[in-house]
This record gives sequence, C-alpha cells and structure tokens, in this order.
Amino acid sequence: MSSDRIFGLIAALVALAYIASATQIKSGFMTDPVGPKGFPLLVGSVAAVCAMFMVFKPDDNPTWPGLRTLGSLLLSVVVLVCYAYALKPLGFLVPTALAAGILSYQISPGIKSSIGAGLGLSITLFVIFKYALGLGLFAFPKWLIG
Amino acid sequence: MEIDILSNLALGFSIALSPYTLFLAVVGCFLGTIIGALPGLGPSNGVAILIPITFALGLDATSALVLMTSVYYGAMYGGRISSILLNIPGDEPALMTTLDGYPMAKAGRAGDALVLSGVASFVGAFLATVGLMLLAPVLARVAFMFGPAEYFALYLLAFCTLGGMASKNQAKAALSSCIGLGIAMVGVDDSSGLPRLTGGNLHLYDGIDFLVAIVGLFAITEVFFFIESHGKDSSIGVKLEKLSIPWKDIWVTRWTMLRSTVIGFIAGVLPGAGASLGSFLAYTIEKSIAGEKGKFGTGVPKGVAAPEAGNNAAAGGALVPMLTLGVPGSGTTAVLLALLVTLNITPGPTLFTENPDVVWGLIATLLIANVVLLLMNVPMMRIFVRVLQVPAWLLLPGVTMVSFVGIYSLSGSYFDLLLMVCFGILGYVLRKLSIPTVPVILGILLGGHMETSLRRAMVLSNGEWTYLFSSPIAIGLWTAAVLGFVAPLFLRKVIKKPERVED
Repeated sequence: MSSDRIFGLIAALVALAYIASATQIKSGFMTDPVGPKGFPLLVGSVAAVCAMFMVFKPDDNPTWPGLRTLGSLLLSVVVLVCYAYALKPLGFLVPTALAAGILSYQISPGIKSSIGAGLGLSITLFVIFKYALGLGLFAFPKWLIG
Repeated sequence: MEIDILSNLALGFSIALSPYTLFLAVVGCFLGTIIGALPGLGPSNGVAILIPITFALGLDATSALVLMTSVYYGAMYGGRISSILLNIPGDEPALMTTLDGYPMAKAGRAGDALVLSGVASFVGAFLATVGLMLLAPVLARVAFMFGPAEYFALYLLAFCTLGGMASKNQAKAALSSCIGLGIAMVGVDDSSGLPRLTGGNLHLYDGIDFLVAIVGLFAITEVFFFIESHGKDSSIGVKLEKLSIPWKDIWVTRWTMLRSTVIGFIAGVLPGAGASLGSFLAYTIEKSIAGEKGKFGTGVPKGVAAPEAGNNAAAGGALVPMLTLGVPGSGTTAVLLALLVTLNITPGPTLFTENPDVVWGLIATLLIANVVLLLMNVPMMRIFVRVLQVPAWLLLPGVTMVSFVGIYSLSGSYFDLLLMVCFGILGYVLRKLSIPTVPVILGILLGGHMETSLRRAMVLSNGEWTYLFSSPIAIGLWTAAVLGFVAPLFLRKVIKKPERVED
C-alpha cells in the first residue's frame, strides 16, 4: 500500500515541477497554435493525474530487499558511477577488472570466482572490442603509456 | 500485385543471398540463439546491448539490419531453451512456454520438447514472415492516407493498448508512458530552436539518447535484480539426455501450430499488443479447445507448440506496424525501431517506396534466418544447452561491461554512462512497483513524432482541436485507443494469466 502512495506522491511532485518548468519554456516569435509548451504541459498533467491515482488507489506492497541487500545494491550503484567516471582517464583494463569483480562478488560472494570474473572479463572483452571489433579503447591511462 | 511481391522478393533475395550478408545472417542467428538461451537475457535486452556496438562497428544500414534482425529471431528461438530446461523465461512471452515445456522436460522428454518447440517456432515465424510480406505493402498503401491527426491518434493507440495489455494497473501504465514522453521533450525544440527542460545542462541540449535509456532500463536493471536475488534464480534445471526428432509429436500438433500462428500473427499486428498477447492467446485458446482431456499444464506437446508458434508469429506480425507505420508492437520491436532510427532509416509508408532494398532485403533475410535457425537448432542444440551453465556471477558483470563499452563508444562521454545508471535505478524501482518499463521506451522513441503530429494537425486546423477527430480513420483509431485502454479492466476479471509453475 504505502510504497505506491509514496511513489505516487513523489511522481506527482515531479510532474508538478515538470509542468512548472514547462511554463517557463520560451517560444520563438513564429509560433504554432500549440507551441513548444503545449505538449509538455499535456504530458505533465496526465502524469500528475496518474500519480494521484496511485496515491489514492495503491496496489499491494512489493517485497523490498532487506537492509543488507539494499546496502549491496547501493554499493553497486556507487561502483557503476565510479566506473563511469574512471573509464576515460584510467583506461579500460583496471577499472573494468575492479568493477566486474565487485559486481560478481555482489551476485555470488566468492573471492576466487570474483577475481577470476574481474580479470577474465576485463582481458577477454578488451581483446574482443579492441582487436576483433576495432573499437577505440585504451588499455591503460594515456599518461602511463605516453 | 502478386507479380509485384515476387519481383520485390527477388530484389530482396539478391541482397540477402550475397555471401557477406548470408555470413552476417548466420553469425546473427548463432549469436542470437546464445543470447536468448543465456538465463537473464532475452531478445529485448540482448538486442539492446548490441545496438551501440553494431553502430560503433560502422556497418552500413542493410548489413546492420540483417545482423540485428537475425540476432532478434535467434534470441526468440534461444529463449525457449532456458524456458524449457531451467523454467526461466527470458522475457514475458516466453513465460507461456514454461507452463508445459518445463513439466515435459522434467518427465525426461527435454530433447523432444526442445525440438518440437523449435519446429513450432519455425512454423510460426516463417508463416508470419509470409504474412508480413503480403500485408505490409497493403498497410503501407493505407498509411499514405494518414495525416498528422491520424498519426497522433495512432501513437495514442499504441500507448493505450501497450499500457492496457502490459500492466495490471492502467494508471501505472499511463504514468510510465508519460515518463517516456516527458523525457522525450528534453532538448532543443525543433521548430523554435530553443532548449526545453534542460535545466541549463549543456549535455542535455541534444536530448536524451534513447539507446542510453534502453540499455539502462533493460540491461542495468537486470543486473540490480540479480544482485538482489544473489543469483538464486539461476537454478540447475533439467539435464538433456537424448536428442531425436519427435516426428509423431510434430504431426499431432500440426493444427495447433497453424491455429496458433494465425492467432499470434493477428495479435502481433495490433499496434502495442505484441508477442505476450500472442503466446498467451495461442496457449489459452488451444487449452480450451483441448478441454480437460488435453491435460494442459502437465507437459503435453500441444502446450509447448502453441505458445512457441504464437510467440514467434506475433514477433513477425509486430514488424508489420513497425515497418509501415513506425509504431512498434512490443518491447523487442521497440528496440528494433531504435535500431532503424539509429541507422537513419525512417519507418513508415515511404520506406516501401523509397528504400525497397532495405525492406525486401530484410524480409528475405527473415526467411533465410528462419531456415538457418531450424537447421542450426537440432544438430547444435548441445552447444546451446551448454550456454545455460554460464553462472550469473560471470554473465551479469559481463552484460554490464558490454553495456558500458557500447554506450561509451557512442559518444565517449561519462555523462551518458551516468544517465544509463540512472535509468537502471529507475527501471529497478518501476519494476519493483510493477510499473511496466516498455512504455517508457516507447515514449522516448515516439514522443518527438507524437508532438510534431499534434502541432502539425493544429497548424492545419488553425488551432481547432476537433480536427483531431475529423476523419473516419482518426475516429476509428481513437475508438480503438479508448477500448484498448478500458477493455482490459473488464477482461482482467474474466481471463486470468497463468502463473509460473513452481517446482
């Protein structure tokens, strides 16, 4: 019950914010009857109505994961975000091995298997992407190899 | 008209039978079957993570299209392997195959179930491709009569039926469409040239790339779900003992296959309804024809043949509205539409007149891919079955890394990668709350077109909104849209979707 209500409320607020920022859209001087605001306003309003439906007619609660699993989900998000930032400056091999290893450990905790998954995936994928498919990846940071 | 089709088909085969294209088709079928068989990957997320990579390879439009549609058909074939042996459907339409396929495999007839479903897939997909060949040019001719008002109603119809079928809650489905449409509005407005809803962020001026959204919602979300379940869903399943061709079962189920093909094809052609409805209707109708004596759900051959033929016929049928109108009928066709747009091919009636080589090359490839898949599936089944043993702790990190590299090679910016992770989180929350994610993707893909058609219609009518309902076609589409959205509310009480069988 409450999951839907909370999500519905958040969605309604986001929809209102969306409508508010849609009213700020500047129109050029050649405008059509609908203009650049019309459709976003329409979408925002429909979204707000649907969100209120979720608040007032919620479905049963889903089973949310426990705190520990939530923690590991959060950690994996952090890992993915760091990986996104690291991919360009640090080259492909090291960040990929680390990120794949940590994710692998999160799915099935085993030191050996996750080290294997990290190293194996990093090297195999690099070889496939770089040499078989010809994508422009760098193995190591540019400053390291010069 | 018949001569037209034959000469067009000859053109198609002249493209598809070149050694290079044929090679791509075989590679695509093989890759696709493996992707489909991998537990946790289905046709839509499998094709989704490969699009950016294909794009980065710089293949020309026809080659890329041949490769990816072969992957798509291959994944549809491969999906049944994990459904039958592991009781894990790769995507929603495959759920129906588990109902009789898994019990049949547990009864020691895994090989029979796999071969029978392979033949059923072939019948469904092959006949649906023939249907596509006959119906698509006709529909393309009708589509020439569509003006902006009709297109607006058509897009609305797609959202309504997709939402109506895909979810148990209309408000959630509609909200999901709105999320997608809302995201599609971000970026520079085409007609005024001014930025909209970017919050001043320069990265957002070009809008949000739908590939980023698709890969995030399909692939990254899947990773989060596996982390939540700690890979527990990757069950051991049933062993494949002997492999022979069950001629008797194939003969007994011949009418089932044909009926299911027709039902599946029709379900697929309806915009927005797609493959889930096809396999569901095929299974339910065959079950009621067979009655109590049919013993559906206990592992009978008809229960395996019906959903597979229906599912694959729907996949072929879904290509009809996708190619002729630019409206995808399912999650996977939405991904294929994304592929076409990435390749700068605009689906619609003009596709048939201006790029006949693309359309007919594609159709010929589909026919070839089907034959290749049927021939490949029986002798190579043991290889594909081995793929099932790839553990989740290796597969899912692999999927993540392929997604990252694919998106990264599109733009080379960390921003798209962050956005992809955000879509992954969004997808996780949405799926947890049983809000369907396919409408989000459809919204992002079609939002721009939908707005443009509304604005053009209003320019034509000088802002008179009744123009939207001024033609018989438009009225028909609006009626269908309302029915498609409202009818499931009542039908849901009458028809219940079967649940997954438990061990």
